[in-house]
Amino acid sequence: MRASLSALTELSLSEVRDRLARKEFSARELTECYIAALQAARPLNAFITETPERALAMAEAADRRRARGEARPLDGIPIAVKDLFCTKGVLTTAGSRILDGFEPPYESTVTEKLWQAGAVMLGKANLDEFAMGSSNATSYYGPVENPWRRRSESKAGDNRPLVPGGSSGGSAAAVAAHAALAATGTDTGGSIRQPASYCGIIGLKPTYGRCSRWGVVAYASSLDHPGPITRTVRDAAIMLRSMAGHDPKDSTSAPLPVPDYERALTGDIRGVRVGIPCEYRAPGMPDDIEALWQRGVEWLRQAGAVPVEIRLPHTKYALAAYYIIAPAEASSNLARYDGVRFGQRVEGGGVDEMYEQTRAAGFGAEVRRRVLIGTYVLSAGYYDAYYLKAQRVRTLVARDFTAAFEEVDAILAPTAPSAAFAIGENSGDPIAMYLNDAFTVPANLAGLPAISVPAGLSADGLPLGLQIIGRAFDEETVLRVGQVLETAAQFHHRPAFVAGET
Amino acid sequence: MLIEGGAGEWETVIGLEVHAQITAQAKLFSGAATRFGAEPNTQVSPVDAAFPGMLPVINRHCVEQAVKTGLGLDAEINLVSVFDRKNYFYPDLPAGYQISQYSQPIVGRGRVVLDMPDGSTREIGITRLHLEQDAGKSLHDQHPSHTYVDLNRAGVGLMEIVSEPDLRSAEEAGLYLRKLRSILRYLGTCDGNMEEGSLRCDANVSVRRPGHPYGTRCEIKNLNSVRYVMQAIDYEARRQIELIEEGGSVIQQTRLFDVERGITRTMRSKEEAHDYRYFPDPDLLPLVLDAGWVEELRARLPELPDAKKARFISILGLPPEDAGVLVAEKATAMYFEEAAAGRPDAKAAANWVTGDLFAALNRLGISIEQSPVSPAQLGALIDLIADGTISGRLAKDVFNEMVATGADPGAIVEQKGLRQLTDQTRIAATIDTVLAREADKVADYRAGREKLYGFFVGQIMRATQGKANPAIVNEILKKKLAP
Amino acid sequence: MGRGCESGIMALDKTAVAHIAALARIRLSEAELEPLAVELSQILNWVEQLNEVDTAAVPPMASVAASALPMREDRVSDGNCREAILANAPHSARGFFAVPKVIE
Ligand SMILES: [Mg+2]
Ligand SMILES: [Zn+2]
Repeated sequence: MRASLSALTELSLSEVRDRLARKEFSARELTECYIAALQAARPLNAFITETPERALAMAEAADRRRARGEARPLDGIPIAVKDLFCTKGVLTTAGSRILDGFEPPYESTVTEKLWQAGAVMLGKANLDEFAMGSSNATSYYGPVENPWRRRSESKAGDNRPLVPGGSSGGSAAAVAAHAALAATGTDTGGSIRQPASYCGIIGLKPTYGRCSRWGVVAYASSLDHPGPITRTVRDAAIMLRSMAGHDPKDSTSAPLPVPDYERALTGDIRGVRVGIPCEYRAPGMPDDIEALWQRGVEWLRQAGAVPVEIRLPHTKYALAAYYIIAPAEASSNLARYDGVRFGQRVEGGGVDEMYEQTRAAGFGAEVRRRVLIGTYVLSAGYYDAYYLKAQRVRTLVARDFTAAFEEVDAILAPTAPSAAFAIGENSGDPIAMYLNDAFTVPANLAGLPAISVPAGLSADGLPLGLQIIGRAFDEETVLRVGQVLETAAQFHHRPAFVAGET
Repeated sequence: MLIEGGAGEWETVIGLEVHAQITAQAKLFSGAATRFGAEPNTQVSPVDAAFPGMLPVINRHCVEQAVKTGLGLDAEINLVSVFDRKNYFYPDLPAGYQISQYSQPIVGRGRVVLDMPDGSTREIGITRLHLEQDAGKSLHDQHPSHTYVDLNRAGVGLMEIVSEPDLRSAEEAGLYLRKLRSILRYLGTCDGNMEEGSLRCDANVSVRRPGHPYGTRCEIKNLNSVRYVMQAIDYEARRQIELIEEGGSVIQQTRLFDVERGITRTMRSKEEAHDYRYFPDPDLLPLVLDAGWVEELRARLPELPDAKKARFISILGLPPEDAGVLVAEKATAMYFEEAAAGRPDAKAAANWVTGDLFAALNRLGISIEQSPVSPAQLGALIDLIADGTISGRLAKDVFNEMVATGADPGAIVEQKGLRQLTDQTRIAATIDTVLAREADKVADYRAGREKLYGFFVGQIMRATQGKANPAIVNEILKKKLAP
Repeated sequence: MGRGCESGIMALDKTAVAHIAALARIRLSEAELEPLAVELSQILNWVEQLNEVDTAAVPPMASVAASALPMREDRVSDGNCREAILANAPHSARGFFAVPKVIE
């Protein structure tokens, strides 16, 4: 039986994989559909670079392998790559003007693994500049639009385009709009989970060290986590298996074997102890999020899990610590963008003038802000008071989790304190923008795996996610509980915009 | 050593920071080569050029070399050390930071013992040794309006060895540098080649009245020969003394040594002070060493110059001056030991090496590694003297022939018929002939002109082309001259 | 931190911002200094909340990675790729990167 081609982009990754295996359609046919979807989705501005020729060539190669009986785990799966992953010979911008024109002479470990597994590259997804942002509004290549819109009857007349979240906003929008089957993202303070929550899809931040950072443009090295963005939990498990693994080129990569994550999806969470941290009940949290969280607790209880009240007392301080540590590391990581070896240069009389003008013209406002804050907190006289203090608080945040995981196997919390907001909203107030990361940042400071699963709609009809946080390197429990949540939530709502639908 | 100023005596206080390039095939954090003299930017990996997303992975051998050097400096090895980023902008520093070790270096306090000219020793404290990356090279003279950057050296592993401010004169600084270089070469952890920049030195110099607290210091950067180090320190100390004696005061600053003019001058520096914003490199974890591994390295450490010198004196019976000269360079010590091996008279070998061999090498302008005479050949020559085959005098000719041709001493002796004459009858006959020819001088001698004895010996040696055994000649001649 | 914790007090003035910008090599116009001073001060005032946390006996955490530092063998495995290294350079000449003349 031959599937209707127009319906192919409706399928999940696991369905596509299975039907490709049954030769119901070819990778080339599937990729053609996704290239059409990608083009139809251009109004969202989810991609900085489209690579259709490469996609077709990769798809044909996948078909040939399958014909020879040598199919690989992701053969023929069309994906988007966050434009923070270096791709050999393909423009890699990090969403910044300063890297305009940069074509890396190497391929990131994670994307190399994906290509080795047979995945097909559709293009490079838009993102906040250097992954610094929670709205995708800081990209030099313009904001990404969330495929979702508020219900027309909600705020009268407010049908403004919404942000997809950030920084992996292009990846999330593309997956949500069915313009890619899956995408890579990176999560430094929530940049996979928060856009996944805003776009009604799955975002998985693995344990620190699980996916190599080699070839991923660095924002904050001790906090950057590559991971997958997908439409189902099973798809996230499939993607992670191919993305993860020890990399001798990354000194912080974990020398551990990669489990078959899909096998962890048993649906059986009987007896699993799930922590409910009261500290996430932040003042001013919207009622719909609080209600959704309670529903989530109920769903897990009904599935046999044991909800346990836990304390994570330093949660409140995680965000402030993050906004010292991340800019500090970023100020140093971004020093290499100096106009000497790659990217843009603005000529000046002397070399210092060249540096200053190159960096002034090349960096947007948010990047500048963080580089300046980071420079300040590391500078003579302020290091102890800011940077060291933040690192000590980081220890306390991590210890909170360690203590909690002596009591429980996973933690359930909302992913973000709000649903998607309108493009332009919050942009005048950096701190208001930073508050979007309040629930996601703690897991980054502690390096723990966490998944965001769409669990319901806000009063405005926008998706809301719940996140499951697990023990280090226990992505299996995170995925298993996440899938139970997914099944219970029955989130079948569709965004206002789906590529190819009119 | 005190310097006489216009108004009383001054003491110079010097601390040296030495950057020693680690002997290794690959760079400290990348797999690019370290070979000297390659075409620009041909030994550069994307890691060295700090391309986006590139990450450092440390070279185990460089760590081992640093630990060995620490052990050779009799220093504490820190089992936990941390890599920090030192942030500053410069075109030959691709990442905008240097990976270095700041608050927790791999090696802590140690010492170097100097052999002073008067035969005494003096201990100089080592503050620390840390691992860090070298920068690239900026060429300012290739183009009128551009600086060219070559990153071949960027990322090469360095050991920065910091001394305490224990040095008191340019001479001591020179002795310290030579001793340090000697230790590094013995260990094989740095080739010590100052011309190729394998060993570079920054000198911190201040002056004070004897017994007073330290004065304000100036740092003289990037001195690349022992001679320049000494010249720069001498100049800088006198500059500071003059300044203070004229009522001025020394300002802490970084200075450069102008090789052409033999003076130090202020480096053009920006008004803003350096603020390196050190912090632990999040791309690297703390370096944790296994105590057992460190002990293994300690056990495998080669004999170092101080121990070797002590052994040469106590076991081989060499005078301290000879021992000092022989151990100064590892290659010399190795040569000597091979030449002296298994031979009863080590002093003879020492004399040959420090005397005729050094003179010959000097004349030829070559190093001991390039010597035309191998240590085994020199040993064979010493044996020929010891067993009476040739005389000490002829040995000099044989040695010169060895230098010229590289031939074995035995072959030269045979070929040129230089074997010593020991036949008593023949020697006695020759003496008789000489004494008969010089009958009037024999009479003078017997009349008391004993100085003529040497004349007779000379005539006998000439008659035997120098081959007569001097001891036998003496024995027979004395008898024959007796009244 | 020694500076005001109450919001509204300027942690950074224009001079300080200009100094940090010089350290970070980002050219700022005179007009940009004041608004940035206000913004950055707000952020710094906000992070002052960390002072509520007693961290006297708490060690700083630089990384969550728990394993030992991996090491590489001393083998030449990279480099010798000048074309690729120079290909993205805004200006290169004779195998070198070229920058405006540095005066020392
Ligand atoms: Mg130094
Ligand atoms: Zn140094």
